[in-house]
Parts: sequence; structure tokens; C-alpha cells
Amino acid sequence: MSNSSSQVEIVRQSLRRRYRKERRFRMYGIAAIAVALLSLFILFADIIGKGYTGFLKTTVTLEVELDGDTMYLEDPTNPDEIAMADFTAPIIAALQTHFPEAEGSAANRELARLVGSYAASDIRDLLEANPDLLGTIQTMEFLAHDTVSVYVKHADNPRYTVRLSERQQQWVDELMEKGVIETGFNDILFSKGDSREPANAGILSAIVGSLLTMFVTLVISFPVGVAAAVYLEEFAPQNRLTDFIEVNINNLAAVPSIIFGLLGLAVFIGLFGMPRSVPVVGGLVLALMTVPTIIISSRAAIKSVPPSIREAAEGIGASRMQVVLHHVVPLAMPGMLTGSIIGMAQALGETAPLLLIGMVAFIVDVPDGLFDAATVLPVQIYLWASSAEQGFIELASAGIMVLLTFMISMNALAIWLRKRLERRW
Amino acid sequence: MQTANLFPLVLILAAVAYWLAFQRSRAVAAPLGGVRHLKALPTHYAARAALWSAIPGLIVLALWTGFEGKVIQGIVMGSLPQDMWPDSPGKASLLLSQISNVASGSLDPDLASEPIAKAAALLKTLREQSSLFMTILVILITVLGAAFAWFRVAPHINARNSVETTLRRIFFVCAALAVLITLGIVFSVILETVRFFGRVPITDFLFGTSWSPQTALRADQVGADGAFGVIPLFTGTLLISAIALLVAVPTGLLSAIYLSEYAGKKVRSTIKPLLELLAGIPTVVYGFFAALTVAPFIRDLAESIGLEASSQSALAAGLVMGIMIIPFVSSLSDDVINAVPQSLRDGSLALGATQSETMKKVIFPAALPGIMGGILLAASRAIGETMIVVMAAGLAANLTANPLDSVTTVTVQIATLLVGDQEFDSAKTLSAFALGMLLFIVTLALNVLALKIVRKYREQYE
Repeated sequence: MSNSSSQVEIVRQSLRRRYRKERRFRMYGIAAIAVALLSLFILFADIIGKGYTGFLKTTVTLEVELDGDTMYLEDPTNPDEIAMADFTAPIIAALQTHFPEAEGSAANRELARLVGSYAASDIRDLLEANPDLLGTIQTMEFLAHDTVSVYVKHADNPRYTVRLSERQQQWVDELMEKGVIETGFNDILFSKGDSREPANAGILSAIVGSLLTMFVTLVISFPVGVAAAVYLEEFAPQNRLTDFIEVNINNLAAVPSIIFGLLGLAVFIGLFGMPRSVPVVGGLVLALMTVPTIIISSRAAIKSVPPSIREAAEGIGASRMQVVLHHVVPLAMPGMLTGSIIGMAQALGETAPLLLIGMVAFIVDVPDGLFDAATVLPVQIYLWASSAEQGFIELASAGIMVLLTFMISMNALAIWLRKRLERRW
Repeated sequence: MQTANLFPLVLILAAVAYWLAFQRSRAVAAPLGGVRHLKALPTHYAARAALWSAIPGLIVLALWTGFEGKVIQGIVMGSLPQDMWPDSPGKASLLLSQISNVASGSLDPDLASEPIAKAAALLKTLREQSSLFMTILVILITVLGAAFAWFRVAPHINARNSVETTLRRIFFVCAALAVLITLGIVFSVILETVRFFGRVPITDFLFGTSWSPQTALRADQVGADGAFGVIPLFTGTLLISAIALLVAVPTGLLSAIYLSEYAGKKVRSTIKPLLELLAGIPTVVYGFFAALTVAPFIRDLAESIGLEASSQSALAAGLVMGIMIIPFVSSLSDDVINAVPQSLRDGSLALGATQSETMKKVIFPAALPGIMGGILLAASRAIGETMIVVMAAGLAANLTANPLDSVTTVTVQIATLLVGDQEFDSAKTLSAFALGMLLFIVTLALNVLALKIVRKYREQYE
């Protein structure tokens, strides 16, 4: 008896130990998931924290007297005079009405640096378009200088260094109280291309470049991918060649993306002499990269169509091609679309191969065609992130938010499509 | 007309051909007593007309667009007087851009020398003529194809067979494109790599321990040769990948185990998409995160405990890359764990083993080959990853195993050597292709091995 009771005791002891181990193992699993989700959370929080200010712009609203004498401008329709005129003078004059005590050339220089360097050309453009405004007083909204913008947005952020003099800081504080300097929604971000000045830079040209590139990628990779999948699933004979093609596709799907950049550089630009940094070449390279992904997911979709459908169609006299085109492909289409959308989302975020084919150019204008120099959103983010100017960091994060919004909505669309159209056989 | 306009034009012409052939087949069939007296349906005749007009037109268009530039360049360069012929590719491209600038009007023709102005005029006329000829030829061929098909609409001709054979061939060509892409990759890197090895001995490349590809402009400058030893790049790549795998493998594997064995359906269906979101984030975003958040954080942390850390440490790039490949490891292990037959699980549980014991002693050993395959795939992904390391790792080729030091990788060097303008012929540029070749071979080997392991493992349980 005592013997068996001690055995029970041993089992009980070991059970306790084993259950502890079980709990510990479970905890490891939860901890692993927590680590992964936490990094996701930190990543998003960091980007949003850094980037929400990118959606804000700092403006200076001034009553500018467009006085011909101070600008040395008598006739705004005369291009020579326009070229020689001093358009900064009215801005300084307008700021001096707020700070009459600021006098002397040093103070004037500091005052002028409260507004961005495009402010003068704003006045010039206005006068060129409406010469009769000369001599009137206009209320104009200028973009603040980048140093002012950094001070207004990030005065208490230790990561940013404020590059304003004490005097300028006082002025800015005072102007903010008066409501002259304000922050508002940064519409420039969505209406302009790249610029040397963060305040004047936007992602519109990059978005258009991305759309053009994606268009080329989609037009090439979707038909080719679906056709290849149809061939491999429905027509390919069981032979060496088919095996070889399959092995090739599987390997291509895992080739590092930068290798496709080398291919694009050597073949499209080197061999065919196509221009650098145009959406066509970018789209071609991304298409080559996306085709294997689309083939693989389309094959899975075709495989999931039950053989009974094929047999029924063949039974009423349809040819093999009719079976495939009239029945199998339409039924597999939701799966193919889902796979293609996910593949396109990947292509949208791809950067490395596009660097090699020269899409890193500084693009100010919105590209207006497939053969026009362009950049794409991820490359624009890369360029801004590696820029020395501190104002570009928040723009890069804002760009990332826009890019992620695109990607997440594409993925959500894919999931919705799958849920909506998926059929269980 | 531009290629971008001609392409839709060809498609429109094909659509017109489709419609015409459709109408004609109905007209042909009408006196016979309806379309059932035709050998094929009207849509088949129509589809044949569309294919016969679009395919030749598109092929001609693609070939012309592809080779136009090179041919015109050759003719223009050939028209220059013999003493102006460039002796190096660098000079050739300089001369060419000068000519094309004159031709496009951005350079004043009066300022250019006479032969160049002449060549520019020639270039301009050639371009115009080429574009005109291309437009005429493409439209002609498209229309001829359509006309031929239109005349071949007859009751005794079975259009269906020819349409179906053509479609099948098109499908085959699309599938074979994968082979073509691989061939393209191999040839584009091999050609340049061979030229590179003509200048730098292959042993120096593979076994050299110093990497500084700056070649001097003049032969007599210091460091004129540059050093092309790949070992520091490779150790850097391995260091970063190893850190990434140290993060990703335990995290990915344990989350996969938890999700497949413990988590309820609801938890699983919320957490899995969240993990997959990590895989969908573009690498440039990870690069941004690594360079601007993680790297400064690690540097400050290391300094606060008295260690010296580079602001572009291997650790930062490796950690972030690890986060990126977590979902990769977890979804592959998830597949593998789920593929282990339920009977093994049931048997172990029936003997009184706890779930974790079953996992550790039965399922994990059974799934190990598949998991290894998954890890190899993740490793190849880490080695080939570019943006994170371009942004967060440095450019200095240090031969070190210290994760707080800055290292550089194969992909970083490829990207930096090839971004921006480059002379196509220098050893510096060519070395990027040699690195690409090396990268391709290594990742290919890893992938083939991994796929083999995974496939073998799957067959074992099927």
C-alpha cells in the first residue's frame, strides 16, 4: 500500500512539474506573439508620431503693400523689370508693421527669413498675372521658412534643433499669438512634387509616378501570369520542359528584388537603350518580379475549381479551350484577382530595383506620360529619409502613412473580395 | 506616332477586325440557313480575325521599339568623321548625349562643332522617319492580318481549331517567360561578371579581405586599383542575417506553435492577419524605422552602459530585418506543423503526454525538416534584403563580428555602386554585377535546397 501511495505521490509531484512546464511553454508562445505585435505597434506609433506634423503646414498671413517704389518696379508687364525687382521688400515692410523696433539690415535679414524663399516668387507670380495690382494692399498667405516651421511644430522635441535666433523666436511667438503665423492642413503635400525646401515639397508627382508604373505592371503581369497559370494547370503535358518551367517559377518568386534591378539595367537600359527613370521601365521590371507571384496564386485558384465542372462541360461537347475559358477561368477569377492585388501591393512598395534603373531622380513636375521621367512613392520616401534637412523627416513619415494607407486598403480589398466571392465546393 | 499611342490603336484595330469578321460570318451564314451551317461559331471567326491582326502588329511594334534606339545610334555614330570616333564607351555616351541635346534643341546648334550639328540633324530626321515608318508598318500589318482573316471567313473553314491552337501557344509562351526571365538574369549578370574577372582576378574577388571599389580617375593616383575582396561584404551580410534570424526564428516559431496548437479560432483569425501585416509593410518603411528610430536608440542604450556603438550598427538593421521576417517564419512553420498528421498528435496525447510534451517530443521532431526548409527560405530572404540595410547599415566594409559596429552588405554595395550615373565600363560598375551574380547564386542555392527539403518532407506525410 505504502509503495503505491508513494508512487501516486511521485506522479503527483511530476504532474505538478509537468503542468508548470506546460504553462511556461504556453507563456513562451504568448510572449512571442506579444513581441511581434508590440513591434508592429511600435512601428506604427513611431511613424504616426513622427509624421502627423507632415500633414501640417505653417503659414504667415501678411498685409502686403505692393508698392512699386520699394520693389523698384514700375511696369510689371516688362520682363526685364520683373527679373530685376526686389520682391522681398514688401514682405519685410509688412513684417516691420508688426515689429517697428526691428531696424537695420541684420534685423531685416532675420525678418525676411521668417517666410520661405518661395514667398518672393509668390508676389512675382501674382503681379505677373495681374499687373494692375501694383500699388494696392493685398492679404497674402505665405509658407513659413523651414526653420520657423520646425520651431512652431517641434519646439519641445529634443530631436529637432531650433535654428532661429532669440529675437526671431520672440517674433514668432508674438506672431503666433496675433494669429499671423498659423498651422493648417498641408495641401501642398498632395498638390506638388518634390522640392529642395521641405515646406514646398509634396508627394503628388510620386503618387502619379507610382500609378503610371503600377499601370504598366498590371497590364503586363496580370494577363501573362493568368495565361501561364492556365497553361501549366490545364494544358501542360507531364514532361521535363514543364518541370523545368515550374522549378523556374518557384525560384524566381524567391530571387531578391535587387537582382531584377540588375536585369532591368542590363537588358532594358543597356541592351534596348530605353531611357532611365521612366515609368515604362520601372513597370516592366516590377512586372517581371510580380509575374511569379501571380502565377502561383492563380494556379492555386485554378486547382480549387472541382473537376466535376470540367467534366460536365466536356460532357456536353465543349472543347478543352472552351471548358477553360468559359468555366474554369471565370470560377477561378476571384482567387486570381486576390493574388494579383496582393502581388500589386508588393510591387507598389518595392524600392530596390527602381533605384538601380534610375528612378531616384529629383522630380518636381508631375509626370504626364509613361515615357516621362518619374519617381515613385517608396523611392520618394527613401530620398526624403536620407536627406539631411530635418523638415524632410516628417514628410517621409507622412509619405509612409499615405503608402501604408494604399497598401492596407489594397490588402483589405483582396480580403473582402475573397470573402465575398469565394465559393466552397 | 508614339509607342504609347500605337499600342491602344492596334488593340482598337483588332476590336474592329473582330466586329467585321463577326458580321461577315453572319452574312456568309445567312444564305445557308443560319450560323449552324458554319464549321465554327461567329465568335471564333471574329476571335481569329482579332488575333491575326493584333499579334503580328504587336510583335512588330515591340521589336521596333526595342531596337529603334540602338540602330539609330549606330547610324548616327557611323555618320561622324572617322577621327571623331570615340575610343571608349564612356566617351561614346558623352558624344551621344551631346548630339541628342543638340537635336532636342536644349543645346544651341550654332555652338556645336559642324560634324556634331550634322549628326544631330541626322538624328532628328532619323527619329522622325523611324516613328513614321513604324506607324505605317504597324498599321499596315494589323490591317493586312485583319483583311486576311476577313477573307478566310468561309463555311468550310474551321476557325475554332486555329483560334484554340493560337491561344494555347500564347499561353505556352507566357509560361515559358519564366524561363526567359531566369535566362535574362543569368546572362545579364554573367556577361558583366566575365568582363569584371578580366580585370580583377577571381581569386582576389572571392578571397580578398578588403573592399574599396573607388577607382582613381588617373592611373598614377594612390589606390588606383581599388580593392575588390568580397569577404568583408559577406561577413557583414551574414552578421546582419544571423541577427535577423536570431530574432525571427524563435519568435516566428513559437507564435506559429501557439497559434496552431493553443489559440482558439477567434484569436487565431484576429492575430494571423495582424502578423501578416508585418510581411506586407514595404521594406523602405522598415528601413526608415531602423535608421531613424532603432539605430539611435541602440546607440544611446549602448553608450549609457558604457559601450561604444556606431550610429549605423549591424544590430539595428538585423533587429528590424528580424521583425520583417517573423511572419515569413511563422506562416511557413504553421503550414508545416499543420501538415503533421493528426494521428501522431492523438497517439501522444492518448499516452498521457501534455500538449507541450506532444509538441516538443513528437510534432516538432516530425516537422523539423520542414521548419529547417522554412528557415533557409527566411535566410535567403534576409540575405537578399536591400532597403533596410541600405538605409540603416553603413558603407564601410569592416571585417568584424561586433554587432555594434557598422558593417556593409552585398546588396548595399550593389545599390550604392549602381545608383546615379555610372561609367558602364569601369571595374567599379562591373563589380556590382559580380556581386549580383554571387547574390543570385547563394540565394538560388538556398532556395533550391529549401524547396527540396520542404517537398521531400511533404511527400513523407501525404
